[in-house]
Amino acid sequence: MSPNKIKFDKKIVLSFWIILIAFIIAAPTLLPVFRLNLLGRYLSLSIVAVGVDLIWGYTGLLSLGQGIFFALGGYCAAMYLQITSSSEFPNNIPEFFALYGVEKLPFFWEPFRSPVFTFFAIWIIPALVAGLIGFLVFRNRIKGVYFSILTQASLLVFFNFFNGQQKLINGTNGLKTDVTQLFGLMVGSEAMQRVFFWITAVLVIAAWFFAKWVVKGRFGNILIGIRDDEPRVRFTGYNPVLFKTIIFSIAGGLAGISGALYTVQSGIVSPQFMTVPFSIEMVIWVAVGGRGTLLGAILGAVFINYAKSLVSEALPASWMFIQGGLFILVVTALPEGVLGWIQGDGPRNLLQRFGLKRKIETYPSLEVNNKEGNNE
Amino acid sequence: MELLLDSLFNGVAIGSVLLVAALGLAIVFGLMGVINLAHGELMMLGAYTTYVTQLIFKLPILKPFYNSYIIVSIFLAFIVSGVVGILLEKTIIRKLYGSPLETLLATWGVSLILQQFVRSVPLAYGTGLVISLLIGLFLPTTFPSKIKESINFKYFKFSSWLFAALTGVLTGNVISSSVSKLSRASARNVDVTAPSWMRGQVEIIGTAFPKTRLMIIVITLISVIAITLFLNQSAWGMRIRAVTQNRQMSDCLGISTEKVDIITFGIGSGLAGVAGVAVSLLGSVGPNVGGNYIVGCFMVVVLGGVGNLLGTVLASFGIGIMTDLIGAGRLLSIWPDMPLALSNIINFFATTSMARVMIFALIVIFLQFKPTGLFPQKGRMVEN
Repeated sequence: MSPNKIKFDKKIVLSFWIILIAFIIAAPTLLPVFRLNLLGRYLSLSIVAVGVDLIWGYTGLLSLGQGIFFALGGYCAAMYLQITSSSEFPNNIPEFFALYGVEKLPFFWEPFRSPVFTFFAIWIIPALVAGLIGFLVFRNRIKGVYFSILTQASLLVFFNFFNGQQKLINGTNGLKTDVTQLFGLMVGSEAMQRVFFWITAVLVIAAWFFAKWVVKGRFGNILIGIRDDEPRVRFTGYNPVLFKTIIFSIAGGLAGISGALYTVQSGIVSPQFMTVPFSIEMVIWVAVGGRGTLLGAILGAVFINYAKSLVSEALPASWMFIQGGLFILVVTALPEGVLGWIQGDGPRNLLQRFGLKRKIETYPSLEVNNKEGNNE
Repeated sequence: MELLLDSLFNGVAIGSVLLVAALGLAIVFGLMGVINLAHGELMMLGAYTTYVTQLIFKLPILKPFYNSYIIVSIFLAFIVSGVVGILLEKTIIRKLYGSPLETLLATWGVSLILQQFVRSVPLAYGTGLVISLLIGLFLPTTFPSKIKESINFKYFKFSSWLFAALTGVLTGNVISSSVSKLSRASARNVDVTAPSWMRGQVEIIGTAFPKTRLMIIVITLISVIAITLFLNQSAWGMRIRAVTQNRQMSDCLGISTEKVDIITFGIGSGLAGVAGVAVSLLGSVGPNVGGNYIVGCFMVVVLGGVGNLLGTVLASFGIGIMTDLIGAGRLLSIWPDMPLALSNIINFFATTSMARVMIFALIVIFLQFKPTGLFPQKGRMVEN
């Protein structure tokens, strides 16, 4: 994609992976529990960022409603955990139901007694919802800003629904998971959190490779084609609706996994996951890291959230200013994001400006490749 | 009958707030294809302007005119939000022309900054800053053309900005020393109290209507009429319509699209300010006040279609009346003996938040049949 994509030596790549895996295995002993938990949460957020990168960076669909799928995944996980650890409560149903005088489990809770169903529900339910919303919107060739606004409106629909239904899903209080049991262990316990950290780390890498596989080859080419010139893709005989719906549900499924992992590590899922600012934040992680780079999305999610927690601890009021400034800055000055800038012409332009590198008069691909003997 | 009238009035009242808020958004979106996520925060600025004006009118010098503060604040709110909007256009939005999604993100950034600004900067100094922006932006345009064309114009411009900054600091200090409520930053919500002539209710055909609601309807009516006249009768209005229809062609025919953009954005933002005055009459004013209305405004724009004020008007009243009918459960009282299944469904949605769920769902269904809104712009381009 970019003219001088950095090609690393195989040895460097291998040692990078060895260091990474060593760090993941050793992280629970290196980091204090609090920081480890934060890192685990941010890593789980990076999975939703990969999904955003797939739909925005590759397909050009700016969704402001990824929070829906994120929260749905979280709710699926939390419902299972609540049900399995509700044996000592009245009527064998989760504790909060007693507050609202509900005696019978609402019907849609029933399937969540099964761990197998939950395992699939976490990513299939968000993917199906995303597919449905996507299909209804894409079918009418609604796109661009209209699409963004409609996803935001759907987000509000879901938020209002989950926020208002105390008797079904505990409304605004959300579902707590940290005091529930999973396979006989407390979810909030240290040992369990360590396991969740490892699972998250592995799944982030898996999501990365999966996304790389999705955007590779002809399917990825069509996605990029839709981003750059949708009518032309349609005229060539492809049906953009199908591809857009597929990629939107893939992103929804990734968001669901991410939400479930985030829920078990933060100890609660609540309608706060479906607020408008949170979903827009997901976009900015990708924008800062680099649209269409996948790795950039992961790094962006982890680093921005880390920066957020550091800044909020030190100067609580200034994070909004910094975040707002970040939005403006990245859009006006660094539209390709940090990783895109590094992979693109950024560093060379910078060096040229200081006279450290020869100026290029025509196109980089012509001059750099020919004169430096780097024939690709 | 009385119930129906009551419901209609409530719906129109809800709709008129939506309308005046969405009007500016619709014009800007129609012209530039830009969704301004900071629109809600421009409304918030208008609401805060009302609050500041109210406090200033409580000073001994202005006390005799206190009752008219709300009229003054409408104009001030228009100017304040308009100036901030123009600044926004000049610094950020202009750079992002042609990439609406990026504009969306950048304006979201602006909205975060504006929210935090109101929380952490005392309102008195905020007022001072707006005044200096106003002078700095508009003083240079009043210079005689002889100065404007001279090479030294940049020095004149610079000195006018200097003057503007000084005036701003001075007014900020004066206000903060004379009105103690404005001298400290606070994240708490503030309340605007309506002047005495606007309190109470008016009785029309046996039903009592609150006067503040009537006032909002009047404000909306005036804004709509004024903007329609401006767009249809004035020279700049014609240019705005021309650029909305075909930007390249208008540019070729010698219309300064740059100026049209600034004027449109200024007016659109100013209308957000006027909406802010209306909002401040309905409830307390806080940094997040704009967020409550903004998605409703987007829905109006999506539903109404682009480039047609009639669509905006119909969409906002439609949404307003539907909100009232569903949210207050009025359908049941209008039609008491409906089937049980239907009435159960209606009861389920009979809260404000669930009414929103229902209405958004209805809008999505509506868009299945008319994807480009009530009155789509006609064109033969592929990309429309």
